[in-house]
Amino acid sequence: MRALAWTPRTIVERSLGLVVLLLAALGPLLFSGYFTTTILTQSFIFGIAAASLIFLSAYGGMISLAQTALMGIAGYVVGNLVTKGGAGGETKGLILGWDPTLALVLAIVITTLVGLILGAVASRSLGIYFLMLTLTFGVIANYFFGQVTKLGGFSPIASINQYTPGWVGDIVGHPDKLYYITLGVSLFVYALIRYLVRTPFGISLQGLRDEPVRLASLGYNVPLHRTLAFGFAAFVASLAGVLFVWWDGQISPQNLGLGATIDLLIIAVIGGLGRVEGAWLGAFAFIVINNYVRDIQFPFASEKGVLPWIGGSFNTVIGVVFLIIILVSPGGLIGIWERAAQGARRVFESRRMAEASGA
Amino acid sequence: MSDRLRHVDVQRLVQRLVVAGLVGVALLYIVFIANPPSESGAGNWRTTNSGSAVDNPGAFIANLLDAVTLAGWLFIVASGFSLIFGLMRVVNMAHGSFYLLGGYIAYEVQQRLTAETPGFISADLINTWDWVMPLVVGMASIAVLGFVVQQGFLRWTQGQDLRQALLTIAISVIVADQIIAHFPRSGAFQVGGGNLASITWPGWTARRVDLQIAGVEYSLTRLLILALGVSVGVALWAWLYRTRTGMVIRAGVDDRQMTSAIGINIQITFAIAFFVGSALAAAGGVVGASQGGITSGQDGLWLLYSLVVVIVGGMGSLLGAAAGSLLFALVFTLSSAYLPSTGNPAGIECCTQYSIIFTFVLIALVLAFRPQGLFGRAA
Repeated sequence: MRALAWTPRTIVERSLGLVVLLLAALGPLLFSGYFTTTILTQSFIFGIAAASLIFLSAYGGMISLAQTALMGIAGYVVGNLVTKGGAGGETKGLILGWDPTLALVLAIVITTLVGLILGAVASRSLGIYFLMLTLTFGVIANYFFGQVTKLGGFSPIASINQYTPGWVGDIVGHPDKLYYITLGVSLFVYALIRYLVRTPFGISLQGLRDEPVRLASLGYNVPLHRTLAFGFAAFVASLAGVLFVWWDGQISPQNLGLGATIDLLIIAVIGGLGRVEGAWLGAFAFIVINNYVRDIQFPFASEKGVLPWIGGSFNTVIGVVFLIIILVSPGGLIGIWERAAQGARRVFESRRMAEASGA
Repeated sequence: MSDRLRHVDVQRLVQRLVVAGLVGVALLYIVFIANPPSESGAGNWRTTNSGSAVDNPGAFIANLLDAVTLAGWLFIVASGFSLIFGLMRVVNMAHGSFYLLGGYIAYEVQQRLTAETPGFISADLINTWDWVMPLVVGMASIAVLGFVVQQGFLRWTQGQDLRQALLTIAISVIVADQIIAHFPRSGAFQVGGGNLASITWPGWTARRVDLQIAGVEYSLTRLLILALGVSVGVALWAWLYRTRTGMVIRAGVDDRQMTSAIGINIQITFAIAFFVGSALAAAGGVVGASQGGITSGQDGLWLLYSLVVVIVGGMGSLLGAAAGSLLFALVFTLSSAYLPSTGNPAGIECCTQYSIIFTFVLIALVLAFRPQGLFGRAA
């Protein structure tokens, strides 16, 4: 076991992490019901999804726009398998009424397999090509679920959250239960990613992110590593997909659409594509903006839109915020923190040096 | 002979056999196996919308023409995308938004030119200029918008291709939302609260041409789209291969740094390419608005189409854009015409379309053998 490094920066980061963890653990006691069940639960779910995107980007150098689609595939598997038809039942999808635990396992397995296949197809494309290709996968998945009416079609499969496994229990009546589940899965995913990047696999993944040609000439199977990394990210996305249908209760092609894909990318970029922690930070920031800024009366707002001369809805604001973040801090919010930490260290060290030379 | 056999690459042979087999099965199905829909409505795995090519050659020819004319339309949009990408390595994620905005601007212009009451204009009121004028205005405005985006955001982030892609995504979010807020300004068909706007083709095109083959009568407007696509292709070819600017652009595609090192101002070339590429997106949007209308949400669709075409054909290659457009249009059109449709039209399984899966199969097959696309060069 490697000893933990204790520098001023890691001390601050770790204590901040502990405070956040404590606040999260006590969430339902501290915050209002709306804040925990809507803002925080949703942030955890989209944080997991964004973590799969950031994992690929930070350690594999691949920006994937297929994560929303993979999440949606998991949601669709659950929705099609668990809902029951009959009188007063559901009408959309396959309505198989299978055991929810089995559906849960199948959703994860199928999504991971789809991820491995997509990863294999995309594994030889690099950089911007990879982004384009995964975006294409995502949009195709969206049209697939819209057009294949057997699996649901355009209108949503509803009431999925009434069919949860027995060991999970009733999450509709007890939303705090889902809160703790999403918190637990978030911690699990975070720990898993932190562990994975320290394994030989994770280290060679980072190696081929920086020097793919050199690693290939050393005998590493570069496409295989990329495929496996993509499969792992699909596994993480499938967890987010299952939690999403439990939280939202329904799934429709819109949840896989271009808009949803871009939203997840915005979350990851706001958080910062370089560090996994950014996923949950970005999700929280995005969802807070999404829920509260809508209601703020801008000084010049009119009924035509948020901004009177320009018009348009909230999406224009989010687009402008996104634009500014990319222009000002490509590393996102985490990037701002990293820069501040570096700046502080420089000030600290120069002062110490000044003291040393003065003494 | 034995020497040649030793050099047979088994893996490539298997790959080629797989592709040949798949294409062969698809052709066999289309030409012989497919059945027309039966009277009773119930069908089996052989039932398609069109019937086989042997049974119904007219429908087959019409389907082929649909594919080729769609290819012309795709080429107009995707060649602009490919031009920008090939030269600058910018994936313009706002290309679909430019397509849509160009269409809406042209719609407004045509309304101002001809409509007595805002909304649909009947074809006999429209002469050629009432269609060409909006096209020119739409293309010019989007060309200027593209130029501004390139100068304002992309010029000083050059070389950071992911950051540029994210920037254009942000721009597409803003443009898409502004379109919903402002267009259409003149009343349009309000279908389900949407913002569908449609441009009217010139009156003389509103007829069907008798092709004298198997009794096929085909829409003149669709043939016109093909003609537009071909003329865009010829014009681009002449520009890229017969003028000095084109020569510089091709040099820039091959080696950007070397081109600027020998004293050519590559920034001007970039600006021109972005200008032209955006204008082509708008031209596609005007065609789209004339052919069934445009509505918010199609920006994503046309971004997808452009992506598929350049992924299949290869980035930055004119020939690749043409080949990609044709292949994608063939797969898209023929798979929706000749896939089994067993569902009962009144039932819940109605209208299930598996054709989108074939688009994915096309991409997967091409990338498995040529990761850089059919005519693309390795990045």
